[in-house]
Amino acid sequence: MGMTAAEKIIAAHAGKETVKPGELVKAKVDLILGNDITAPVAIREFKKIGLNKVFDPERIVLVPDHFTPNKDIASAEQAKIMKEFAREQGITHYYEVGRMGIEHALLPELGLTLPGEIIIGADSHTCTYGALGALATGIGSTDMAAAMALGETWFKVPSTIKFVYQGELNPWVSGKDLILYTIGQIGVDGALYQSMEFTGPVIRALSMDSRLAMCNMAIEAGAKAGIIEPDEITYAYLEGRAQREYRGLFSDGDAIYAQEIEFNVSEIEPQVAFPHLPENTRGISEVGEVPLDQVVIGSCTNGRLEDLRIAAELLKGKKVHPHIRLIVIPGTQKIYQQAMKEGLLDIFIEAEAAVSTPTCGPCLGGHMGVLAKGERALATTNRNFVGRMGHPESEVYLCNPAVAAASAVTGKISAPEEVL
Amino acid sequence: MTILNGKAWKFGDDVDTDVIIPARHLSTSDPDELAKHCMEDADPQFFNKISKGDIMVARKNFGCGSSREHAPLAIKYAGISCVIADSFARIFYRNSINIGLPILESPEAAESISEGDLITVDLEKGLIKNETKGEKYYSAPFPEFMQEIISAGGLINYVKDRLSEKP
Repeated sequence: MGMTAAEKIIAAHAGKETVKPGELVKAKVDLILGNDITAPVAIREFKKIGLNKVFDPERIVLVPDHFTPNKDIASAEQAKIMKEFAREQGITHYYEVGRMGIEHALLPELGLTLPGEIIIGADSHTCTYGALGALATGIGSTDMAAAMALGETWFKVPSTIKFVYQGELNPWVSGKDLILYTIGQIGVDGALYQSMEFTGPVIRALSMDSRLAMCNMAIEAGAKAGIIEPDEITYAYLEGRAQREYRGLFSDGDAIYAQEIEFNVSEIEPQVAFPHLPENTRGISEVGEVPLDQVVIGSCTNGRLEDLRIAAELLKGKKVHPHIRLIVIPGTQKIYQQAMKEGLLDIFIEAEAAVSTPTCGPCLGGHMGVLAKGERALATTNRNFVGRMGHPESEVYLCNPAVAAASAVTGKISAPEEVL
Repeated sequence: MTILNGKAWKFGDDVDTDVIIPARHLSTSDPDELAKHCMEDADPQFFNKISKGDIMVARKNFGCGSSREHAPLAIKYAGISCVIADSFARIFYRNSINIGLPILESPEAAESISEGDLITVDLEKGLIKNETKGEKYYSAPFPEFMQEIISAGGLINYVKDRLSEKP
């Protein structure tokens, strides 16, 4: 009987020939990630174990990205705990402000997340790395502490739902729209405890940035992981970038899926998720009149170069609507620099947008764009829960970078075509 | 034998971790400080209203969203003895087991229990008794491996035990 790619990856790391959905296994991990919010708790728990050294200082990545550059004294103290631990343990992959990026933009860019690997991170959007054919999943701080000690963790082998995307993409439709549409169809617990395998001709032609955006939001359907089998696009992306040897794993022809769902993408237009759940999606033509106070383009979902290029294409020669604050946040220092070289930052600044150093900041209502009571934001981020970007009576709508850029110009949620 | 007793506080579907503990409070990881803000965006008085041992009851996908362990920590240190729901989001589920917050999946209990009902829970048996309504519900028992983590008193103690077994 065949296995899915996710099952094969888990089996290979558990030292088993085969695994079945539902089975509990202990598996070796290739990489462990933590940030300035989750790592301090993990470090506290790690110290309780009583070990002096982590299992491998080259397999742990620590990125201060959530409340950094430090927003206040309390968050500075948290970041300091992580910095000191990194020095004390000789952690190779610690990325200080100025060298960092939003973790899920940074790690793939550095070639640290590879096909066939198991990557766990104390951040729910760790599932992003499935775009490279890894089995990557979010865990909590105590799980991170235990994994830093043992180099392994336990998994319940997830069953897999196969999503097949057919047809031709409409203009301005990106990976973000495919995943929002998918979540709208199956719900925020539609893949609870399961793995989502994205495949079909549309995925095979999708850029790496769009694939990363898709897998990033698998967690918003409750999934343990989102995965795209590696192909030429993956290998081209990894060329000169991969920091370790790797071996991609693929689903067998006779693999057993919990479900197979096919979508005709020709029917999908740019999507907008209404408050307060990512499943509340509507096509852009169904949105109606939604005036805005703030637009955010960035985050681990859509802060990559492709996203900034699309936003710049729509903002070129235009001004942000007088009622709108537009905040653009490149995902990493490298993306920031490349955007500068390509003149994208000029376009943003000419349009009267604020451009920030990489940070998760506004996405989780941390800093750099927190909403007041009654304010409404449109964001290329991943969550629109109550109070996510600030006051509990503020609102967040989710969309792709094209819709965000167009809406920043019109002052209300708008289709990209409206500003062309 | 672990028996929990308390009054039920009822919530709906998809209670997310940003509601359980908003990110604006994550610049600390002090559990007692986090506890004061538990559920405040759903009910600003929640922490002041509950009594030690009370039980949270919610519907599907409780704890969805972020991986922040601050969420089950806030609930535990607010004095909630147990969470009962139709289903839990997976990271919240792991985190709760790891830090020793008892959680029980029982769609039947989650549907029948009303706010204010007096509830007794026998964790070992997975038995939930509704003293107010005179009803009994059962939750599925934990897999053996998770039971080991729970009996060790959480994942950190479990890891300690494992490391001390190594030669």
